[in-house]
Amino acid sequence: MNQSGWLQLILYVVLLVLITKPLGLYLYQVLDVNGRTFLDPVIRPIENITYRFIRIDARKEQGWILYTASMLLFSAVTAIFTYVLLRYQNLLPLNPQNMPAVVDHLAFNTAFSFTTNTNWQSYSGESTMSYLSQMLALVCHNFFSAAIGIAIAAAVVRGIVRHSSQTIGNFWVDLVRINLYLLLPICIIYAVFLVAQGIPQNFKPYDTAKVVEAQTVQVPKKDDAGNPVKDAKGNVIMVDQKVDTQSIVQGPIASQIAIKMLGTNGGGYTNANAAHPFENPTPLSNLIQMLSIFAIPSALTYYFGRMTKNQKHGWTVWGTMAILFVAGTLVCWAAESGGNPMVQHLGVDASGGNMEGKEVRFGIFNSALFATITTDASCGAVNAMHDSFTPLGGFVPLFNIQLGEIVFGGVGSGLYGMILFIVLAVFIAGLMVGRTPEYFGKKIESYDVKMASIAILLMAFSILGFSGWAALTPWGQAGVNNNGPHGLSEIFYAYSSCTGNNGSAFAGLTANPSNNDPHYDITLAFATLIGRYGIIIPVMALAGSLGRKKLVATGAGTFPVTGPLFIILLIGTILLVGALTFLPALTLTPILEHFLMLNGKLF
Amino acid sequence: MKIFVKELWTALSSTVVLCCVLCGVYPVIVWGLGQLLFSHQANGSLVQVNGQIVGSELIGQGFSGAKYFHPRPSDAGTGYDGGNSGASNLGPTSQKLIDGIKANLVAYRQENGLPESAVVPADAVTASGSGLDPHISVENARLQIARVAKVRSLSEEVIRSAVERAIDRPFLGIGGEAGVNVLKLNLELETLAQKKP
Repeated sequence: MNQSGWLQLILYVVLLVLITKPLGLYLYQVLDVNGRTFLDPVIRPIENITYRFIRIDARKEQGWILYTASMLLFSAVTAIFTYVLLRYQNLLPLNPQNMPAVVDHLAFNTAFSFTTNTNWQSYSGESTMSYLSQMLALVCHNFFSAAIGIAIAAAVVRGIVRHSSQTIGNFWVDLVRINLYLLLPICIIYAVFLVAQGIPQNFKPYDTAKVVEAQTVQVPKKDDAGNPVKDAKGNVIMVDQKVDTQSIVQGPIASQIAIKMLGTNGGGYTNANAAHPFENPTPLSNLIQMLSIFAIPSALTYYFGRMTKNQKHGWTVWGTMAILFVAGTLVCWAAESGGNPMVQHLGVDASGGNMEGKEVRFGIFNSALFATITTDASCGAVNAMHDSFTPLGGFVPLFNIQLGEIVFGGVGSGLYGMILFIVLAVFIAGLMVGRTPEYFGKKIESYDVKMASIAILLMAFSILGFSGWAALTPWGQAGVNNNGPHGLSEIFYAYSSCTGNNGSAFAGLTANPSNNDPHYDITLAFATLIGRYGIIIPVMALAGSLGRKKLVATGAGTFPVTGPLFIILLIGTILLVGALTFLPALTLTPILEHFLMLNGKLF
Repeated sequence: MKIFVKELWTALSSTVVLCCVLCGVYPVIVWGLGQLLFSHQANGSLVQVNGQIVGSELIGQGFSGAKYFHPRPSDAGTGYDGGNSGASNLGPTSQKLIDGIKANLVAYRQENGLPESAVVPADAVTASGSGLDPHISVENARLQIARVAKVRSLSEEVIRSAVERAIDRPFLGIGGEAGVNVLKLNLELETLAQKKP
């Protein structure tokens, strides 16, 4: 844990604070149909034409049920759209590498994974997807799922702010405005910056380089049918092969990376995601990518404060998130710079930390910081392989996801997820003082707490249920890349990541095996659906219920939702729920592995 | 039913409009600006020697000959396979991981004439996340200078200054880590060799 790391951490937090207010104020205008922004002269005409074409009346609001139904319908239409594009990509244009059609269960998994903002990838981008699939079938969801998250958050905040109201906004208006005013303009500037840093943006086929020094590598010997040949003992026979070329991946990469980070999607263009030099070429591109993950979630807390006319509450929520974020970063950073004692025992420089699966240009600190940020948020892009982290270094991303990704969180989903915990915290505080709990002048009643609990419990059932199932079945066990507790961690991480709509992985897990066993693809796809709509629907019901309530006067007994006391209560609630739910399973996975590593046990 | 048909139309038509803008106009604008302003980067930062593409500045390449600086071990395909980025994904208690590092350590020490007890930089014996890491740590490069100088019959001083020139430094002195770009360095060594009388 060197000085340069501390300076970079401070720099990051300062930059995050600096963008929170301006972007929050901008969001305040974007999320109001009558809001004004400096982009109005350019975008307003396009916005109005769009409303006419899609036949909606922008002034007419929807109740929570219709709002949610519109969102679900739009999600269904776009999921099918992506599924069809992937299944027929071989017949469609912009496929210079002649990629074949994506197989059914993989297309199913990918369509839902991207629709739900998870962006779990059972495939390897550069060898599976055509340019059209990347820039249309996948990128459209990077925009849509991000916009939906923000729209739901805005609707929930409206529910909290309004009283005696039957409506909470118009989904289509939110969808259009968020895309046109927020995501698109930022992405254009951001993507051009990324090109300047070295990310390609073109439509030419992959280049083939003639390498400087040809290499001889060992590959399995194959018979005429393409199956590996084995010797009498059953070992695969290896033969020498000369490699004198290197394929250089090309395509519209920069435009995809910009929205992948800003929209906390995280679905990479290549298999190695943000560790690939073409997705994240420099330390500066890395810093900006990390900042862009938290930018909108952080600004949404400011928007929340502004809407509730209680900016202190907004900053209290921000502070809660910031404390959990810094704590996670420090644990992860300490574990990774401490490294693996078994490796150091062999004579590897201990000051280098755990470099397996990490890039030199990022080093230990930026890999640990990125891993914490990407899992605090529901991003899931990775610039280092979490699978090769030390046990405690890998514990942090895993636990971050299991806390519900409410530490800044996904765009929108972080805020509405945090609001669930706020409702729960207010409820617990109310029980402690023996008074009906209130939140912004609304009584929190049994229905509201039930909705919050359903959302939180569904997530736990999905993660633990699917993980347990996979761990006990042959198809589940066949997918792991590591033996011992680390193998179980891989399964546990996969279902946590998909349920949490994160998308990062302990990537050794083979979810899309060569024998085409569809179990992982299908179960993981269902986990993404439960994690997305199993939270959105109850949270919207809660918003509708809060919006309908009448205001009660604030009295001396009202529990204040600002300041250090509330931060402590909120952090306590979050950690308690997370720990009670997942600690038993975590004990069998990273925690057990930590002690085994210290004792020099190998699998 | 009427409301469902209306909403379905809105869902379908908004998908079409937004896809045109976000997946058509947007990437094309970025493509236009990128090709106009930063055409080298936008086309993959390719390195050409005598008109032949020999690699990309950003993508690591395999080197094993004694006269070249060696990159990190790679798990991309069969090693530095540009079309198959990837990592070992081996966890900290993996026997395979430890065995691999052990073998890498023996090879590294032998190649560079280091004693058996020599402490080796972590990046020299571990695989990167992408398998295409273009860099090695400065310490790793320094340990290879003597070998490269000997094979090329150049002074260590000449090689050392070439290494210094190939270092990509952190921005503002604090952002990220310094690394030596192996492809750039080895290409420079080739030009040095040609200049030599």
